[in-house]
Amino acid sequence: MPEKKEYKVIGTRPIRHDGVDKVTGRALYGADFHTAGLLHGRVLRSPHAHARILSIDTSRAEAYPGVKAIVTAKDLPDAADKVADLGEGAVHLKYLCDNILASDKALYKGHAIAAVAATNAHIAEEACALIDVAYEVLPPVLEVRQAMEPAAPLLHETLKTGSLGETAEEPSNVASHLQHKKGDIEAGFAEADVIIEREFVTGTVHQGYIEPHNATALYNPDGQLTVWCSTQGAFTVREQLTEILQYPISKIKVVPMEIGGGFGGKINVYVEPVAALLAKKTGKPVKVLMNRADVFEGTGPTPASFIRVKMGATKDGKLTAAQTHLAFEAGAYPGSPVGAGAMCIFAPYDIANVLIDGYDVVVNKPKSAPYRAPGATNAAFGSETVIDELAKELNIDALEFRIMNGAKEGVKRADGPVFPRIGFIESVEAAKQHPHYTSPNGKKHHGRGVASGFWFNIGLASSVSISVNPDGTINLVEGSTDIGGTRASIAMQAAEVLGIPAESVNPSVVDTNSVGYTAVTGGSRTTFATGYAAYEAAQDVKRQLIARAAKLWEVDEEDVQFADGEFSCINGKEAQLSFHDLSARLGETGGPVVGSAAVNPPGAGGAFATHIVDLEVDEDTGKVQILRYTATQDAGKAIHPSYVEGQIQGGVVQGIGWALNEEYIYNAEGTMTNASFLDYRIPTCLDLPMIDTVIVEVPNPGHPYGVRGVGEVPIVPPPAAIANAIYDAIGIRMTELPMSPDRMLKAMGKI
Amino acid sequence: MQAFEYVAAQTVPEAVAVLKEKGQQARVLAGGTDLIVQVREAKRDVDWMVDIKAIPEVNVLTHDSQNGLRLGAAVPCYQIYGTESICESFPALVDATKIIGGTAIQGRACVGGNLCNASPAADCIPPLIVLNAICVIAGPGGEKELPVGAFCTGPGQTALERGEMLVALKIPQPSSHSSSYYLRFIPRNEMDIAVVGAGAAVTLDAAQETIVSARIALAAVAPTPLFAEEASALLAGREISDAAIDEAAAAAQAIARPISDMRGTAEQRTHLVGVLTRRALKGAIQRVLDA
Repeated sequence: MPEKKEYKVIGTRPIRHDGVDKVTGRALYGADFHTAGLLHGRVLRSPHAHARILSIDTSRAEAYPGVKAIVTAKDLPDAADKVADLGEGAVHLKYLCDNILASDKALYKGHAIAAVAATNAHIAEEACALIDVAYEVLPPVLEVRQAMEPAAPLLHETLKTGSLGETAEEPSNVASHLQHKKGDIEAGFAEADVIIEREFVTGTVHQGYIEPHNATALYNPDGQLTVWCSTQGAFTVREQLTEILQYPISKIKVVPMEIGGGFGGKINVYVEPVAALLAKKTGKPVKVLMNRADVFEGTGPTPASFIRVKMGATKDGKLTAAQTHLAFEAGAYPGSPVGAGAMCIFAPYDIANVLIDGYDVVVNKPKSAPYRAPGATNAAFGSETVIDELAKELNIDALEFRIMNGAKEGVKRADGPVFPRIGFIESVEAAKQHPHYTSPNGKKHHGRGVASGFWFNIGLASSVSISVNPDGTINLVEGSTDIGGTRASIAMQAAEVLGIPAESVNPSVVDTNSVGYTAVTGGSRTTFATGYAAYEAAQDVKRQLIARAAKLWEVDEEDVQFADGEFSCINGKEAQLSFHDLSARLGETGGPVVGSAAVNPPGAGGAFATHIVDLEVDEDTGKVQILRYTATQDAGKAIHPSYVEGQIQGGVVQGIGWALNEEYIYNAEGTMTNASFLDYRIPTCLDLPMIDTVIVEVPNPGHPYGVRGVGEVPIVPPPAAIANAIYDAIGIRMTELPMSPDRMLKAMGKI
Repeated sequence: MQAFEYVAAQTVPEAVAVLKEKGQQARVLAGGTDLIVQVREAKRDVDWMVDIKAIPEVNVLTHDSQNGLRLGAAVPCYQIYGTESICESFPALVDATKIIGGTAIQGRACVGGNLCNASPAADCIPPLIVLNAICVIAGPGGEKELPVGAFCTGPGQTALERGEMLVALKIPQPSSHSSSYYLRFIPRNEMDIAVVGAGAAVTLDAAQETIVSARIALAAVAPTPLFAEEASALLAGREISDAAIDEAAAAAQAIARPISDMRGTAEQRTHLVGVLTRRALKGAIQRVLDA
């Protein structure tokens, strides 16, 4: 692919197609959904972090006026049967079901126990208080190292550690152990002149999307189940519903409403199956809304972790060995992002000898869910702090040290893949040359830090169909939830192929009955993969239109050329038609033109970012104020630069929150004491400077326009960059997140 | 949210009658910025909400140098910081009203409500204490007055008895060469409740070299906001100096009895009492010097 290509639409900044609806408040979100006869559901949640459920008596609640139905885990298909029928996969199915409504044990405070449908939300709430649940309260396990102790209370009596293909004899809270190995780790450290080994702790953090989860379900008398909800992937909701409810996939239609943020947290289902159960029992549509406390306590945060990192380098600055122990909290059921953290931790560097051990550990907290580059931010906090310390020790500029050791095309990651063309070095160079990095930084208690990050990005399946309108516009139908401007970025790729303006595309995100299978908006895949599908569907349209032009002009298709939105005849005959004019003549040339494509592109391109931060530490209070922030990132090709910048800025802000104040604060009983946006402190606009962005473009060879995913990697560097800047400001290495004022005061020896 | 009855009282006696009849089941509604949230989150059980905003006496806002400030219990924050003479004479109170909630909340939230909610972390209470505010309370037996320092009796608890309501706050006009300052520590720059709050009022001599008198009050370090009596007293007659201020800060720290919770640890709070007391005193002194 040529490095520099001229585009007409790609790289411009048209107004997003969904913008008017959103800024005028007309866009319909899940909570806006209304239909005749609607009932309101409310979920009763466990007040205990760890308890056996002895009995549930719903009789008082059922007798309450206005209550229409109550469901518990008993209303889900029998979990015992699932084990018998489905073998090994059944374990996961039981976990999946138990997270929707607990059957035998409550495994975290906020775990759903039962749900009520009533004529209004207030009655449903009051009725929840009338459900009598008898619990045997058990000691909670709230921290990963504690959970790994052999004597720790067990969450699951049947869970046994899977380690490198072997299953342990005894039950444990360690669900699995993974390992990646490259070279000879002992020899690597023997070669090193400087070795740094540090331990890090990160807190439990939430994605913090503004819109709480919601779902409305309706069973038609013919058995058709329709669910309207806020999700990152309507098809994954359909898949989870068919598993959890044991209901035919063809009888489920999922309608994605507009989404008010997800960041990975709206992939797993929570209230969708509950709404469906209540709808089935009542025969009415039932809507279930979470409030903010429900979201914090009942949906997946990204996990706390304990990380040990050891890295060695020669005195001339060559990294020789890197080793890590990653222990991640999965929450109540197995499935932390430790695997992804293990893939990412040393990925930016070309290191000959690497050993990575990862542990997935259950604790009495909500089951973890993906959060923007899941696992990579935890991991980079450790590795990028140690990189900084090595650079300081060796007296090498921190960015220069990264360039000296940076991964390039052909370098093999410890977990196996060999990098194609990547833009890590370019992202670091861009940071190094940036006026921010070259500006003076000498004030007392001011510090500057840098850090880099990697996220692999994914491909997966996407489908798009395009129909041509007679006025030269196209309708583009897709199945990707638009979280970050992807209606625009997908539409622009089709527009580029067809030589029409972005405004001539009408993109629609539709339900699961109306478009081919499309995987979730996640893994930074949407502009890459659904954009790829749009590109291919537009190519299909182009081929069909070339055939129409050939028919009109009575020439062979090979004699028709299409360029810059114009069809022309190249066999000597004078004939030319614009896309617009030809689209008006479809009726006379054979009827409608509909192009479609279903893709599963293998060439997702990894994303690299390098960040620079300036901050000030208040030595009296321990408070850190971010003064200046610059983020560079290889986007491959920025289809719509404004939304690339927006993604970078959003990721940085979430990373700053994670670094400085965000965490689940638990009391000894395992209750989160800050389950509100008052005390779970995400940054506000008053806490942030303008986040400057630099888009680097090293095209991804796996995409026709060179697109890499951009959404996730910008959250990866901030905690490490900020920790490194704090060191620069006050000479203290912070190794625990968040670096909140009380931890800062402790580290400074003030308290 | 629970169902409740709503009464829009037109007069003080009408409000007092309902409050007396319903006792614990009734609660005064002024701005509602605490009460509505508490009821919605099931943290307070209220069957009767007695809206007092239509009562003339609770909307009074008068200030002159003879009589000082009379602040009706339901006067919203924005009216306080929007009145120039109040900003000049009672800057600590203005500091607090500017940081309670955002602009929209400040249009509703009132100092009287902040006091009656009796949060240990209430931003308005330390300024009221250092400014010697007097509570005007109406009840079945008529009107009475109580120094603000005696108003809060515990977290969410006040000296109000059955049937009583706060009508107004009276704050005397500070003498010349006086000023005041309030600040809090929060982890972010907005949106948070005080981890610790500190208010200070000082009166300097004419030469502006010596502290004639000082008052220091603290929030979020005890079950109620505290008047730091000893810390205040030891500044009287002292020359303005870091040493004097440090001594006062240490004395203020000595009375702090903080807890550890999701907003901060006890050690952090005790440390911050020292930091904020120093900053509040220096801020108040600087305001005198700048005047």
